[in-house]
Amino acid sequence: MSGTGIGAAVRRKEDQRFITGKGQYTDDVARHGQAAIYFIRSPHAHAKIKKIDTSRTEKMPGVVGVFTGAQFAEDKLGNLICGWTVLSKDGSPMKMAPHAAIAAGKANHVGDAVAVVIADTLAQAKDAAEKVVVDYDVLPAVVDPMKATAKGAPLIHEAAPNNTIYNWHIGDADATNVALKNAKHVTTLEFVNNRLVPNAMEPRAAIAEYDAASGSLTLWNASQNPHVARLVISAFVGMAPENKLRVIAPDVGGGFGSKIFIYPEEVVCLWAARKLHRPVKWTCERSESFLTDAHGRDHVTRAQMAFDAEGKIIGLKVHTTANLGAYMSTFSSAVPTFLYATLLSGQYAIPHIYCEVDAVYTNTVPVDAYRGAGRPEATFVVERLVEVGARELGVSPADLRKKNFVKTFPYQTSVASLYDAGDYNASLQKALQIHDYKDFGKRKRESERHGKLRGIGFANYIEACGVAPSSLVGQLGAGVGLWESAEVRVNPTGSVELLTGCHQHGQGHETTFAQLVAERLGITIDQVNVVHGDTDKVQFGMGTYGSRSGAVGMSAVVKALDKVEAKAKKIAAHLMEAAESDLVFKDGKFTVAGTDKSLAWGEVALGAYVAHKFPTSEIEPGLKESAFYDPTNFTFPAGCHICEVEIDPETGHTEIMSWTAVDDFGTVINPMIVEGQVHGGVAQGVGQALLEHTVYDTNGQLVTGSYMDYAMPRADDLPSFKVDTTFTKCPSNPLGIKGCGEAGAIAAPAAVMNAITNAIGTEKIDMPATPQNIWATLQKMNRPQQAAA
Amino acid sequence: MASTEMTVSMTVNGKPITATIDPRTLLVQLLRENLRLTGTHVGCDTSQCGACVVHVNGQAIKSCTALALTLDGADVLTIEGLAPADGPLHPMQEAFRENHGLQCGFCTPGMIMTAVDIVRRKGHDLEDRTIREELEGNICRCTGYHNIVKAIAAGAKTMGGGAPTSQAAE
Repeated sequence: MSGTGIGAAVRRKEDQRFITGKGQYTDDVARHGQAAIYFIRSPHAHAKIKKIDTSRTEKMPGVVGVFTGAQFAEDKLGNLICGWTVLSKDGSPMKMAPHAAIAAGKANHVGDAVAVVIADTLAQAKDAAEKVVVDYDVLPAVVDPMKATAKGAPLIHEAAPNNTIYNWHIGDADATNVALKNAKHVTTLEFVNNRLVPNAMEPRAAIAEYDAASGSLTLWNASQNPHVARLVISAFVGMAPENKLRVIAPDVGGGFGSKIFIYPEEVVCLWAARKLHRPVKWTCERSESFLTDAHGRDHVTRAQMAFDAEGKIIGLKVHTTANLGAYMSTFSSAVPTFLYATLLSGQYAIPHIYCEVDAVYTNTVPVDAYRGAGRPEATFVVERLVEVGARELGVSPADLRKKNFVKTFPYQTSVASLYDAGDYNASLQKALQIHDYKDFGKRKRESERHGKLRGIGFANYIEACGVAPSSLVGQLGAGVGLWESAEVRVNPTGSVELLTGCHQHGQGHETTFAQLVAERLGITIDQVNVVHGDTDKVQFGMGTYGSRSGAVGMSAVVKALDKVEAKAKKIAAHLMEAAESDLVFKDGKFTVAGTDKSLAWGEVALGAYVAHKFPTSEIEPGLKESAFYDPTNFTFPAGCHICEVEIDPETGHTEIMSWTAVDDFGTVINPMIVEGQVHGGVAQGVGQALLEHTVYDTNGQLVTGSYMDYAMPRADDLPSFKVDTTFTKCPSNPLGIKGCGEAGAIAAPAAVMNAITNAIGTEKIDMPATPQNIWATLQKMNRPQQAAA
Repeated sequence: MASTEMTVSMTVNGKPITATIDPRTLLVQLLRENLRLTGTHVGCDTSQCGACVVHVNGQAIKSCTALALTLDGADVLTIEGLAPADGPLHPMQEAFRENHGLQCGFCTPGMIMTAVDIVRRKGHDLEDRTIREELEGNICRCTGYHNIVKAIAAGAKTMGGGAPTSQAAE
């Protein structure tokens, strides 16, 4: 089956419905008698809700319900939670403040829901919402994380004095301080990792339906992890028992992390649907998603890297302030800690690392995982420092990296990670060659002749995927395990339903998971249906995020396939009246070794269900197996990205002239899909570096609240990419997969900023390096004309 | 406010339709909600993203920005009508699949409808730069555009009778 098996660039099975307009996203679902819900949101960043007058909505046409936070509170439902407990240095738990689905008493960010109107149509709900009068007492707001803990700053939650959620640390402070003291050279950088809005193209959406006959609720929801949504909404919010709540995540139009989290809107839709005995539908408008989807990044960091006389890195000290917004979103606590600081060793052997992270509340939209989640921030720290270190030491950035690479595995970093396999120099050398690095000087001179500034930058990233052994994440504070599940149901004719707890929202699982099954069983990918995203159909699973579906989800499939094959072999032995030990299973056939006696896969499957020819007291009829796979370690994808830019000093405009990505993802199931993941990841990272910026004014108003103000990468902002791979097998899972979904977004910001700073000759510029930002920086340097020949 | 409903007639994917609608109904709402043609998507509220692109009288427009009532008598083509229901795919649809020009699929109908319009205006031999500039009004968050550009170049060639040249993975 080499044409469609592991490693084949199979065209995607799911594309047929998407290219013909037959996809079924949540907003495409229409339930009989559905009403529309509209959320009235606080226009203030911080305000007491004194009174809400809904009396004028009574006579508005179509209105079926108007509810406030006070009514929601009366029903004694639980709060939304952050499911990962992080401890401060002093051992005290993080200060998680209550987060009600509809704010009662006080609104804490612009966009915080304060009331809802439900009507026959959305237009009617909006019309009626205009008649709701909310009387606010506006309070001072704080949006800058560096001012949130200052004396006199407005207190957002009683539960979190000084707006501090935790003061966390990792590593050995004393040893790191000694390394800094003994260093021959210390490179110091201060920077902001800019706040981003994920902007999956499908806005979030939910439809809730109550079935009075059974007392059960169904939720269609644009979610990356429907089972986790069901668990949280059931066990923590207390909406309904888990067995009375079905969550369906149908086609989902991109997630990038933002659809992992459990949001107020789906909870309120469920609550209202049961109250009104009508299906209630909500589809987020884009302006609303800017105000409610969890944002990403938003770090302020000071970092120092210590080098000895030979250019060896001997220490790294980092202090980061992380802005978590107005409430703690579902996994927000883990992002700037365990998903960030544990990667601060990069690809390098750094004996001493110490990192402190202060997480704070501000009157802004909550911040949580966004593609890469902590690892882009870590890569930015390490790769900017190494690049700048090389410049300050006057050595080649490639050579300095090579000198410091981890070269033997397994390697225990000084920040808890245990790197299992890799060959960082192989990626670097391949990237240098593909990029034609040696002729960069020539190209730079050519640019100079045209009055342009040319620069080149590297990012040798590492990330941790396949998160992670459940007992380990439990020790680190996670409220859940991070295994994955699979069920392989073989039909009597030999075709297969594969049920996975992962969820696809662009990754192409319906193809890649089918490739895995098809290769193993010797059937075609069209004979494999991948079923996911419905808690009534699929066994509990943890969903898709953190590049985990290959490394963890497919490992569960392999385990289930092992069991299926073992049972099928027993049955085949009976069918052929041969010893099980003499059977060989290959290319979809069981053959008695050394004979021409064989049975095709479909014949054995049929035999399993007919059950005439084996003792059913020993072997159960049927052929269906499930498995839960718990990872044995994180996986560590790594690679080298090289970005080359040309900047027009007259306008500050940056053009990316070329991009080379050489990644080691371990085993690749479908190279076409993997390349696509790299393209998309790099585009998001380039977006962060050049274009995207979430700006609040000092009152907490979101200035960049639409595509008119928030610069999404367009086709003409990006180059075509040169993408290649190197290979070291991941020893931690059966297929040797490391994961590829986030790599581009992790590598790209550092590569772009290293290239831009190389071109303009100063390190003092923050992301996004917009034309205005670069032009102003060049003006400050008083050298805009220097490049002109 | 009580709305006075009004009637509009147009041809959608070759079929005449008549609908009684609230005057503020946008074309995309008529398509999605009244006609249940949900292949045309809404990705923003400022006419930037292009997920809602359809053809009206042979030209690409953003259906989120057109009042349905203003299109009385128009000929509308959506992604669902681009290829015959049981017939072969349109070459541009095929090119998107062949070149892995989509991931989550949400922007895809708008991308394909825009791409067909680019070919109508710019011909069958499209340079990458031209395609990238012409995609200014269509946002994709998944693909980084690399394979969309390849898909459109290849689809344009096939529409002109030439053999597609691009492959997603060599």
